[in-house]
Amino acid sequence: MTAHALEISGLAKEFDGQEVLHGVDLSVQSGTVTAVVGASGCGKTTLLRLVAGFETPDAGTISIAGRPVADVGRSVPAHRRDVGYVAQDGALFPHLTVGQNIAYGLNGSARSTRARVTELLETVSLDADMARRRPHQLSGGQQQRVALARALAREPALMLLDEPFSALDTGLRSSTRAAVARLLAEAGVTTLLVTHDQEEALSIADQVAVMRDGRFTRVGTPQQVYLTPGDVFTARFLGDCVLLPATITSGVADCALGRVPVRGDVADGSVTLLLRPEQLVAGAVSDGEGGTGVGTVLSSEFRGRDVLLTVDVGGGDPISVRRHGIDPPGVDAKVRVDVIGTATVLDERP
Amino acid sequence: MITDTIPAARRPASVERPGPALVGAVVVLVAATLVPLGYVAWSVIATGPLEVYALVARPRVVELLVNTVGLVVVTVPLCVVLGVGAAWLVERTDVPGRSLWRPLLVAPLAVPAFVNSYAWVSVVPSLHGFWAGILVATTSYFPFVYVPAAATLRRLDPAMEESARALGSSPAGAFWRVVLPQLRLAILGGGLLIGVHLLAEYGAFAMLRFPTLTTAIFEQFQATFNGAAGSTLAGVLVLLCLVLLAGEAAARGTARYSRIGSGAARYLSPHRLGAKAIPAWSVLAVLVALSLGVPAWTILRWLWIGGTEVWDVDGIVSATVQTAGLAAVAATATTVLAFPFAWVAVRYRGFFARFVEGTNFVTSSMPGIVTALALVTVAIRLAPPLYQTVALVLAAYVLLFIPRAMVNLRSGLAQIPPGIEEASRSLGVSPTRTFVRVTLRLVAPAAAAGASLVFVAVATELTATLLLAPTGTSTLAMRFWSLSSELDYAAAAPYALLLVGLSVPVTLVLFRQSTRAAAL
Repeated sequence: MTAHALEISGLAKEFDGQEVLHGVDLSVQSGTVTAVVGASGCGKTTLLRLVAGFETPDAGTISIAGRPVADVGRSVPAHRRDVGYVAQDGALFPHLTVGQNIAYGLNGSARSTRARVTELLETVSLDADMARRRPHQLSGGQQQRVALARALAREPALMLLDEPFSALDTGLRSSTRAAVARLLAEAGVTTLLVTHDQEEALSIADQVAVMRDGRFTRVGTPQQVYLTPGDVFTARFLGDCVLLPATITSGVADCALGRVPVRGDVADGSVTLLLRPEQLVAGAVSDGEGGTGVGTVLSSEFRGRDVLLTVDVGGGDPISVRRHGIDPPGVDAKVRVDVIGTATVLDERP
Repeated sequence: MITDTIPAARRPASVERPGPALVGAVVVLVAATLVPLGYVAWSVIATGPLEVYALVARPRVVELLVNTVGLVVVTVPLCVVLGVGAAWLVERTDVPGRSLWRPLLVAPLAVPAFVNSYAWVSVVPSLHGFWAGILVATTSYFPFVYVPAAATLRRLDPAMEESARALGSSPAGAFWRVVLPQLRLAILGGGLLIGVHLLAEYGAFAMLRFPTLTTAIFEQFQATFNGAAGSTLAGVLVLLCLVLLAGEAAARGTARYSRIGSGAARYLSPHRLGAKAIPAWSVLAVLVALSLGVPAWTILRWLWIGGTEVWDVDGIVSATVQTAGLAAVAATATTVLAFPFAWVAVRYRGFFARFVEGTNFVTSSMPGIVTALALVTVAIRLAPPLYQTVALVLAAYVLLFIPRAMVNLRSGLAQIPPGIEEASRSLGVSPTRTFVRVTLRLVAPAAAAGASLVFVAVATELTATLLLAPTGTSTLAMRFWSLSSELDYAAAAPYALLLVGLSVPVTLVLFRQSTRAAAL
């Protein structure tokens, strides 16, 4: 498919003189899931509300399925935008039953509506009997699935999910997330999801956009943004980091852990190197041994399935290394830290 | 930056502005609610400063002023002491029969003050003057302090009192230094309500032959219709009212509702009264006997004496039908008209919303007699055909009772998360249809509660009804008033019973509030 289900360009919005979004651009391919991830207050919810039509932008344009819905001085109201919207808490109508909630946006004969409601309940893996229940009789996960079914009922061109899993408790969150991801993929619904949970964004999305202070710092596939985040902020936001000062000579970095290959074409000079803890392997060595990559364990934090070692390798801050929890080296033990794969050069120093 | 940190319920407030239709409707309504104040200001200006001074600086006016101010100055503190004391005994000590006292101490609110007056006068026919006024007013109005004080005491975090005790305070010390300050808002709110009622009450004091500004204005009106003397007195009354409001606002200061526990979280073991249990019980018993026993005994005694003869079925049925009709129309109109106010107050922030709230607060405290006078004057000057019509008395009811409808509508609207309306719009339903299908449907219970409060208030209203009702109208309150004025106490008893019976449901609501929320 060539048409973009969502095309945003130069989008800006301010509230009470305070700029919330500064010229945001984003394209979402039809049939894919895009996650906008950022700390709370970064403007990601505002972005979603602008796309939904609950707010009007101060500048910039939005097109949904090739149709402009927001332009300078022109804004299509929310109810004519052909989007589905699922709020954080589901926002089910408390005065209607589950079935009536799902049928809310449908026009048609009572029979066809009933059939459609049953079908939608099945799509979100809920019993057809649920249709007669009231929203307050459902669990949080069920409410969220009803909200999704309600939004799917009108077969929108674009589905908007505002932190849809954050109100659920941890166990329910991952199972609901998996179910929703599968469902959206099967239905082929283009989805824009907003979340503050980077793990959620990385696991569910085809495209991840990291937002900070009303701007995207990095947009790309989950692998791209995780492995080559660009700047320190984005790197830290997406997961634990090991940052090392290094010198580049003809595509290879020299750092406290020895010579490490780097990704892409990098000019020679001093840089900051990004490694993820899972790229490092710590092996015990005898006390007398020295050389590059050998360091002293400063602390060892037992975390069940693994241990987190803090190792002083000399030259710069101590680094964190994750290691399996069998026979971990104790404090003051010597370890050799080896690097798996390639490192990434960051744009700026931390 | 902002959106994520603002709680969801407040979000639209900073985003949207009220549309022109809404602003127009609200401006017209605000203008209408300002009619009483505007009338007073206009008539004082029209009379001229010298004339006004001559009218005010009369011994008669000074006497009325002393009576009225004295009434407020003595009754309000008395009610505070009785209300807070009773609330503390019932909620925080092991006084015998606590669950029985709770409803009994709220119940006096079901007896309109003029019915209470009637009860006392028929028990002690010689009762009149200042101290009689204090007695009737105190026994009628102390629950206005009791209800919020009891609610606050029930919900205060027990840890506060316990911490004070652990820091070395005696039980009395903990009460003065920790508990009483927490009751400040309850006391101020209840006190203001009592003050406003004292200024506005006509029937109760007229029956006790105790002249206040309101009774004097009423007599002036009946004698000279709308002379300068009456409107100048109304000006003085409005001034007193504004002083009361300003005083309460100043005393309240920046105080906010105290941290209040979640209610059922923990149970605070009550203070043991020991040997003092019997005196404490007796105080409550006397209070209930005076406030509830006297009216109950009087009404039942007259009904017993009167037998079946006092049940003038035709008169009672016709008065009931008229009362119900007036009250139903007024309740519907008031609730509908309160809607734009409540909508603006809940959904928008900024100068306009605050202005609307401020004017509502002031106009809601205007005595009924001022509203009635203002409407009569405006009708005679601008629309003479309206005078002596049901429309005019309905307008007075709307102006007087809009706040009661609004309080309920506001809380009802505030409980609807804006996310629900957004969900509806994202499902392809237009804002107007969303309002009908979602908002209106969800606010309906609150609107019904507000409407029933207004219904009861109208059904037991006396002052404005007496002044404005067209000739031939005869509501329950009017029938009661004319019969008891003719000293036909037995014939008035069935009407008193009906008036009390009408007020019982509202009193039940207040009783439930006293065992739940912190505000009246």
